[in-house]
Order: sequence, then structure tokens, then C-alpha cells
Amino acid sequence: MVEKMGKRIYTFLIFLFLYAPIIVLIVFSFNDSKSRGVWAGFTLKWYVALFKDAGILRALYYTLLIAALSAIISTVIGTLAAIGISNMPGLSKKIVLNLNYLPVLNPDIVTAVSLMALFRFLRLEFGFITMLLSHITFSIPYVILSVLPKLKQMNKHLAEAAMDLGATPFYALRKVVIPEIRPGIITGGLIAFTLSVDDFVISFFNTGKGVSNLSIEIFSMTRRGINPVINALSTLMFISLMVLLLIINKRTEKNEIERGETR
Amino acid sequence: MKKAAYPYILWIGIFIVIPLFLIMYFAFTVGNSQDFNMFEISLSNFKRFFTPIYLKVLGRSVNLALISTLICLGLGYPMAYIISKEKSKRRNIMILMFVIPMWMNFLLRTYAWLTLLGRNGFINFIITKIGLKPLDLIFNDKAVLLGMVYNFLPFMVLPIYSVLVKIDKNLIEAAEDLGANRYEIFTKVIFPLSIPGVITGITMVFIPAMSTFIISSLLGGNKYNLIGNLIEQQFRWTGDWHFGSSMSIILMVFILITMALTSKFDKEKEGGGGGLW
Repeated sequence: MVEKMGKRIYTFLIFLFLYAPIIVLIVFSFNDSKSRGVWAGFTLKWYVALFKDAGILRALYYTLLIAALSAIISTVIGTLAAIGISNMPGLSKKIVLNLNYLPVLNPDIVTAVSLMALFRFLRLEFGFITMLLSHITFSIPYVILSVLPKLKQMNKHLAEAAMDLGATPFYALRKVVIPEIRPGIITGGLIAFTLSVDDFVISFFNTGKGVSNLSIEIFSMTRRGINPVINALSTLMFISLMVLLLIINKRTEKNEIERGETR
Repeated sequence: MKKAAYPYILWIGIFIVIPLFLIMYFAFTVGNSQDFNMFEISLSNFKRFFTPIYLKVLGRSVNLALISTLICLGLGYPMAYIISKEKSKRRNIMILMFVIPMWMNFLLRTYAWLTLLGRNGFINFIITKIGLKPLDLIFNDKAVLLGMVYNFLPFMVLPIYSVLVKIDKNLIEAAEDLGANRYEIFTKVIFPLSIPGVITGITMVFIPAMSTFIISSLLGGNKYNLIGNLIEQQFRWTGDWHFGSSMSIILMVFILITMALTSKFDKEKEGGGGGLW
């Protein structure tokens, strides 16, 4: 009894710790005062101001555009790479997989500055393109890591059977392999999208010419004082991402049930 | 279908391998960062780093990263254990609740701590209401630690949880049948089996804690530089990419050493980071 109470209290405290700043953000997005720490009554004016704030809306536009493009491109390259990797012989498979782990394990800041050095070396102008290329680079490994397990589960002879029956490799890929691994591809794409939306470090080093995403905008705001408009925006994003997360969770639950049945 | 991987292999070459070689090239040369043809081979970047000012920063980074990793382990293991003992439906909700905060911009979440900890913040408000003097809670080492623990705790809980939840219940029953008490079951069965998760958790907390520059610049008030801050300054402001690169190499070496040390204990290679998703 005492133990159960203890567990409950402990769990409550940990979640309080995790959610306290989020509650603060959401509450202060309705606060009728610009300063932190003072509650001056309920208002929706920051939500209204949000849709008139050109700087924040442009940052939101770049955030979503880069996230969508990098998710699509990294999902295509990553899925193909996963299919290729799963068909590779032992040693080259190992080498590619280890290289694939590099951006995952390397500290963000090292990945960021090494890409910065590359773009300088290639004499690319820092801006939209460099940011997009860097986002694709750090997203592909996660796509591969979410597609590979699905390929492992798949019956290897399915594609061979299709080709024996006269399918071209591309046709077999499109009609047999891709449908089998679709859940992994979708999860990978969603991970790529959210990683891109959430990224600060790599974007911060690899942007230029006034192209900034929300994280960069927020970082520069922390220097001159946070505009509550950004609280309103993140409250809205938080709610929409939570809906998205619930959908993913439903999906994985469904997959787990399906997997359980086939076993 | 091996060929399907060729575009990515090309991508790896251009965007992963070449950049790392460039950083290494920068680290061992000096010159005007703008002009690649004018570089001279030199060890002076490393000589400059191994002086007391910079070593102190490195020491502080390692120290804070170690402490925050230990705190995350101390707080996270019991949490993961409690969650793993819940019924499957509750378990999924609780894990989801650990993931949800990560979906709000982490800069904003970290910045929100200023509202809670500041001189006129919420916590000091309560303290003064009780009749005590307000405390200095921000812009010090403890605030940076809090920011690290806050941001990286889920990275400790999730991998440990994913290992704990997979432990075969029959093993625990067998231990009970053989007369082990709860303490022995934990120390001799559950904990040893959960070590792969602990290892993954430690690497996933230590690496970002060691290399962060945002948490220290937001909550440390620019007084408390970490190695990440130094690298950022060199690349973004000072423009000495050579010195910045040499510090990146040193950071990577530290991370490699940590990983080599921890992977000794890691028997189960797969399923590590996967638990996050």
C-alpha cells in the first residue's frame, strides 16, 4: 500500500517535472502581458497577432517546406538504400551500416560544422539549399533504421517469386516489396519530418541569406526577449503534433496486433 | 537489387565522409579559413587547446555531462521500472507521455524554465510566500544541469524501459521458485538483464550533454561556457574554423572513448536506439 503510494507520487513528480515548462508555455500564450512571470488576465491577442507576424510566418513556412521536402527526399533515398543494403553481402553491408550510424551517433554540432565545411569547400552559398541538404543528410539514417527491420521480417523469396513469374525488378519492387514494408516507410518519413521540424543545431550552422526556421527564430528571440506570439504558435503546433502522434501510436498498436497474429 | 543503395552510398561519400575529412584537414592546418589553398600543416590548434583556459572548459563539460548522466540514470531507472510493471495499456500511455514533451520545440521548453526559476519566477514566488528569501536559481551550473536532465531524461527512460519490458516473466518466476527474495531478484536477474538498455541510455544522454551549447547559453547566462559553446563561437563568430575543427575532433575522440568503454558491456547490439521510436 505504502509502496504503491510511493510509486504514484514518484511518477507524478517526474511527469510534473517534464510538463511544468509546457504548462507554463501554454498558460502564458493566453497572458495579457508581454513579460514573463506576471499574469495579467486572459487574452487571445497573441493568437490574432500570430497571423499578422510576417517574420514568424515566414519561419514557419521555411520550417514546414524544408521538413516536407527533406522527408520526401530522404524517404525515397533511404527506402531504396535499405532495400539495397538488405541485399548486400556481409562485409559491405557492415561498412554501409556503420557509416549510416555516424550521423546518428556523432554530436549534432560536429555534424553541423562538418557540413558547414563541406558547403564552404564546394563554394555553395549558405541558405535554403544548404539547409535542405543538411536536413536530408541527418534524416536518411533514421529512415533506413526504420525500414530495415521490416525488410528483415519480409519473406526473402517473395520478390524472387515475382521475378520468376515474369515481373521486372522494378515491377516486383513496386508491387511486392514496397507494399510489404509500407509501415516502416511511413514511420521513417514521419520521423524524418519531425526531426527536421525540431532541428536547431544543424540548421543554425547551415543557413544564411535570411532563411531561418522556427528554432533559429526562437533562438534569436531568446537574446532580445521572447515574443508571446511564439508561445501561441507552439501551443497550436503542440496540439497538432499531438494529434499526429496519436495517429502514429494507433498505427504501431495495429501493427503490433497484426504481428502478434502472424506469430 | 543491390544497386538501389548506390545513390545513398554516393550521398554518404559526399555528405558524411568528405565533411569529416575536411574537419580533420582544418584541424591540422592553420591559415585563412576563407582560402583553401593557403593552408599550412600545423599542430598549433591542438597546442592552443591544451592550455589551462580551454582544458578547464573541457573539464567542466565532461563533469556536467557525467553528473547529468548519473542523475538521469538515478531518476530514470526507477521510472522505467515502474512503467514496465504497469498493465500494457497504461504502459503505452505512460511511454507516450514521455515522448510528447519532445514534440514541443526544445529551445522554448528550456527557455520556459527561466519563467519558473527566475528571480520573479514561479518557484521564488512560492518561496517568498512561505516567508523565505528568494533564491538564485538561474545562470549557474545547477541550472545548466537541470536543463540537461530535463532535456535528456526521456533518452534514459525509453531504452531502459524497452529492455525491461522484454524480460521473460518466467525467469523472475523461476528465481522466486528457487527462493530468491525481491532484492535478490532485482540485483541478480532484472538488473543484469537490463544492462544493454542502461548502456544505450548512458550514451544517449552523455553525448548530447557533452556537446550542447544551447542549454548552457540559455540557462547558464553565457558565463558557463562548455566545449559546445567554444566550437559555436569559432564557427559562427570568431571565424577560426581551424581551432573550431580541432575542438570538434577532440569532442569526437571523447565520445568515441565513451562509446568504446560502454560497448564493452553491450551484448545486445540491436534494438538500442530503436526503443526511442
